[in-house]
Amino acid sequence: MTAIIDYKAGNLTSVKLAFAALGAETLVTSDPRAIAAADRVVFPGVGAARSAMENLKAFGLVDAVKEAAATKPFLGICLGMQILFDHSEEDGGVECLGIIPGRVRRFPSVPGFKVPEIGWNGVEGLDGKEFYFVHSYYAEVVPETTGVAEYAGVRFTAMVRKGRLWACQFHPEKSGRIGLELLKEWLSC
Amino acid sequence: MLTKRVIPCLDVRNGLVTKGVKFKNNVDLGDPVEMAVRYSDGGADELVFYDITASAERRPIDIKMVEAVAKAIRIPFAVGGGISSVADMERVILAGAEKISVNSLAVRNPQIIAEGARAFGAQCIVLGMDPVKSGATASGYEITTRGFREHTGIDAVEWAKRAAGLGAGEIVVNSVDADGTREGFELEITRLIAEAVDVPVVASGGAGRPEHLVTVFEKAKADAAIVAGMIHFGDYTISDIKAAMHAAGVPTRMSW
Repeated sequence: MTAIIDYKAGNLTSVKLAFAALGAETLVTSDPRAIAAADRVVFPGVGAARSAMENLKAFGLVDAVKEAAATKPFLGICLGMQILFDHSEEDGGVECLGIIPGRVRRFPSVPGFKVPEIGWNGVEGLDGKEFYFVHSYYAEVVPETTGVAEYAGVRFTAMVRKGRLWACQFHPEKSGRIGLELLKEWLSC
Repeated sequence: MLTKRVIPCLDVRNGLVTKGVKFKNNVDLGDPVEMAVRYSDGGADELVFYDITASAERRPIDIKMVEAVAKAIRIPFAVGGGISSVADMERVILAGAEKISVNSLAVRNPQIIAEGARAFGAQCIVLGMDPVKSGATASGYEITTRGFREHTGIDAVEWAKRAAGLGAGEIVVNSVDADGTREGFELEITRLIAEAVDVPVVASGGAGRPEHLVTVFEKAKADAAIVAGMIHFGDYTISDIKAAMHAAGVPTRMSW
């Protein structure tokens, strides 16, 4: 069973449907016991870092997320990747989960580059294939970075891997066949 | 590199995709889910659905269709038509749409943009606008509503700025003058708005040949472009369009 953590940070329908398309059984849950009992854990997220961290605390999920990230196949997506890092610049600065050392920053304002970045961007380290991104903040490149993308003159972490902990800035659940292949690979890691 | 998006637009009427010129002489083209799958498999970067009769018939958008599309494809899609409240937006998002497009509703009630952005994030709220060339406004373009029928006196560029300030995450500029002509996008209004706002701008109306997309990306600073008739009637495939973009040096997603 794959648990999809629901902490009121965005819509989970697409994530659920993508796993369903792969025939994987999922459970959308806010219950720390269900997360502890799951074989695999997906940590999605859309929105702002501060309210995401506040919601995690309010739901009593911080320890459950840290435990799952350290012990079982774990997949962070978008904001669910960013808050695995130490700190985000968003909302005047937010202390995050500190599971991956590093910081999250806002894209600089550069002529010709709209923020948020919306659309399909190629990822070095994943054969240059394009995945679907929607974000205004990015995680810096760290030793755990396995996929790098570039926008507004910045090279940023598109994907990190630390053992069976995978996390991506892009949305594999909305990245067509190529995204599904990545989810399938994670399901067998 | 971030690629320029090609977005097929599917107008839906009575459960079928339809295509007309300036909302007239509609021809039914097929099942929305089947067409969504065909275009997604064919390389579309995103899709947009408009329930074109929902507002006129004063009924909510067809949620069953949204759910069926969400189940069938794995690329983002936006839905518009028949949205009249944040509760309607929520139903569409929970059904699996990535974005909601508001147009006439936002002109009547601009705060709906802010309310939607607060509830779901700016990335979910797309402002659709139908500008027409006009002597009545400073930019030379005026906003129309209700399927081009009503002129509002609102300046298109001012409206784009205001909507982006309220929280619209993306703006679709559908030129009334170019719509359905298949003679190319209206470059001037697209560029004026792309230069006026910090959010992505989607060019719409007038696509008839692959080079029209090349031109709107190169000359009008669009981030994405909508295509309809040129692919619906089989004149071109999305591959044809993307091959032309790629050959011209426009950043394009070429494998899917």
